[in-house]
Amino acid sequence: MAQSTTNPLIEIVDLTKVYKMGEMEVHALRGVSLSIQPGEYVAIVGTSGSGKSTLMNMIGLLDQPTGGIYRVRGTESQKLGKKALADLRNREIGFVFQRFNLLARATAMRQVELPLFYAGVSNRKSRQMATDALTRVGLGERTHHRPEELSGGQQQRVAIARAIVNQPSLLLADEPTGALDTHTGEEILTLFEELHSQGLTLIVVTHDPDVAARAHRVVTMRDGLIVEDRVQVPSKAAPAPAFPAPAVPAPQPEADSVTQPSAQPATQPRVILETLDGAAA
Amino acid sequence: MKILRYFNVALESIFSHKMRAILTMLGIIIGVTAVLVTMGIGRGAAASITGEIASQGTTQLTVMPGALNTGGVRQASGSSSTLTMGDAEAISDRILHPNVVLVAPAYTGSSQLVVGDTNNQNQVVGVTMDMFIVRNWEMEYGRFFTQEEIEDQAHLLVLGATAAKDLFVNVNPIGQTVRVKNEPFTVIGVLSEEGGFGGADDQAIVPLGVAQGRLFNAARYRGDYTVTSIYANASSEELVPMAKAEIERTLRMRHQLDVDDSNDFSIIDQASLLDIIGSITGTLTIFLGSIGAISLLVGGIGIMNIMLVSVTERTKEIGLRKALGAYDSDILLQFLVEALVLTVLGGLIGVGLSFGIGWLVGQIPGFDFEVLIGIDIIILAVAVCAASGFIFGLYPAMRATRLDPIEALRYE
Repeated sequence: MAQSTTNPLIEIVDLTKVYKMGEMEVHALRGVSLSIQPGEYVAIVGTSGSGKSTLMNMIGLLDQPTGGIYRVRGTESQKLGKKALADLRNREIGFVFQRFNLLARATAMRQVELPLFYAGVSNRKSRQMATDALTRVGLGERTHHRPEELSGGQQQRVAIARAIVNQPSLLLADEPTGALDTHTGEEILTLFEELHSQGLTLIVVTHDPDVAARAHRVVTMRDGLIVEDRVQVPSKAAPAPAFPAPAVPAPQPEADSVTQPSAQPATQPRVILETLDGAAA
Repeated sequence: MKILRYFNVALESIFSHKMRAILTMLGIIIGVTAVLVTMGIGRGAAASITGEIASQGTTQLTVMPGALNTGGVRQASGSSSTLTMGDAEAISDRILHPNVVLVAPAYTGSSQLVVGDTNNQNQVVGVTMDMFIVRNWEMEYGRFFTQEEIEDQAHLLVLGATAAKDLFVNVNPIGQTVRVKNEPFTVIGVLSEEGGFGGADDQAIVPLGVAQGRLFNAARYRGDYTVTSIYANASSEELVPMAKAEIERTLRMRHQLDVDDSNDFSIIDQASLLDIIGSITGTLTIFLGSIGAISLLVGGIGIMNIMLVSVTERTKEIGLRKALGAYDSDILLQFLVEALVLTVLGGLIGVGLSFGIGWLVGQIPGFDFEVLIGIDIIILAVAVCAASGFIFGLYPAMRATRLDPIEALRYE
């Protein structure tokens, strides 16, 4: 991903998004500007309703903005048709979801091959690429296991392998550790760091300060606006709690709490979802 | 070919939901089986009946007294019969009837056949030598009459297969005496079994003169003995209409019918008989087939139903696939191919099942014809299945395509 810094991977200028819910208009984004260079590791934090999910959907090209400009590698997304958007999602963006979103009865291999199927990669090449991706996430030995035979962490690794298999410019993760216990979540974050050190651009959307603390840059959102955007020194593998928790609870997008590395240990018990919920049926 | 890869996706989806797939296919399976088995039985029956008729010779013509109307042959009573030996002789003229090769008059009556204590009511048919050839008879035992025996009006008897069985149990009928109207007749032969209907199986055959004279004292018309039927053969199948026309012309002339008089006789050929039977079995087949077609339709709607459920159930999967770069057309094809695979697979299972049922039906005692399941019907049934998969799969597939990826991903 050798990109010059003058040429941002993602460029967002005064982006707005208005949802119409019956008579009411919901302003999910009220003018967001953001530029992300190749090779960055960015966390987008904020409470639910802050607009971070909407922003993520825009960045992931799953949704179109109401106003403003969004460019991926210089291409303006509003000018693209449905097929071109699908192609961009397929080639440039890898998605990692909170609930993994794996197909219920497919082997790890088949899961990882899915984006390659839509990219039209030949069967033989696809198998090789999928094996490589699974090896990169440390699952080279479990290519023929189905989700029910894998732990939550392993399932998320499969999902990450699926996200990186097509060598995207950007990995977009939505609460990637939200369904994992602290230890397993830690492994996933370590994996992210490895991938980042290999040159991958990462955007992690989270309300968990522990997760945000691992990023090199934290973008805080509130009420549809970016209220803070700061570069930080990422914390390394965190034997939480390293620091006393601040007074404000974790999801509050207060600038202070976010910029405190490892400020908030995992206070709420995380749900461990061993079974896949609906990615396929 | 990218489209081939959707078959893998479809097969994976079907095999990971075996129970649901089988239930979905059940409607199609039953529909196809119903269509194939009913059509097979209809065709088998038609083939069996036409086969019997054909075995009696497709060139055969039968002239009967009385007009043929929709109710069948209206048999004139014996005394008013105008069909005579003279008519038979006239038809035998090869110069006036170049397309009629054999003419065999017959006089049929009904009488008790008595052997010792055994006593059966049978048809007794007086015939000439040519009848043996015209009717394609074969001898099982013994022999047929000679020309001299027929001319001499010998008291000899040839029995149909069933008649012989009924009269003689564990006894060789040849040389035995049968009493008909108190006249003793010696059995000289037994005919091979013909099967079917209207055959000679339960008849007793005697020389024509004996039946017309001593046995039944046939009426005379203008000095000639009357006959109950005249059998004739056309020289070939194609010339049956010509032969019919020649006979009709002669008989109308001899019976002095005016131009606007209707025939006082009927000429029945096998082809017209086949037509009648063909139209009956055809109607039956269409009727049964349409019942099957309705169940196919119901099966198709079942497919649509399940596919709609499946789309809802897989909302999240669809959202994921779109996020991973699937085009709308990819989603459309995935669901369409899945519906197609389900219906065609169901159709093929139905084909297999209908062969099994066809075989089973053939094993039922007394069911004396084959269930004929032709390749054309199979192709038609599978094509209809594929079409219904396409038609009934399209709407659910379009629903899947229209799903918003964000909404779909958020769906729980």
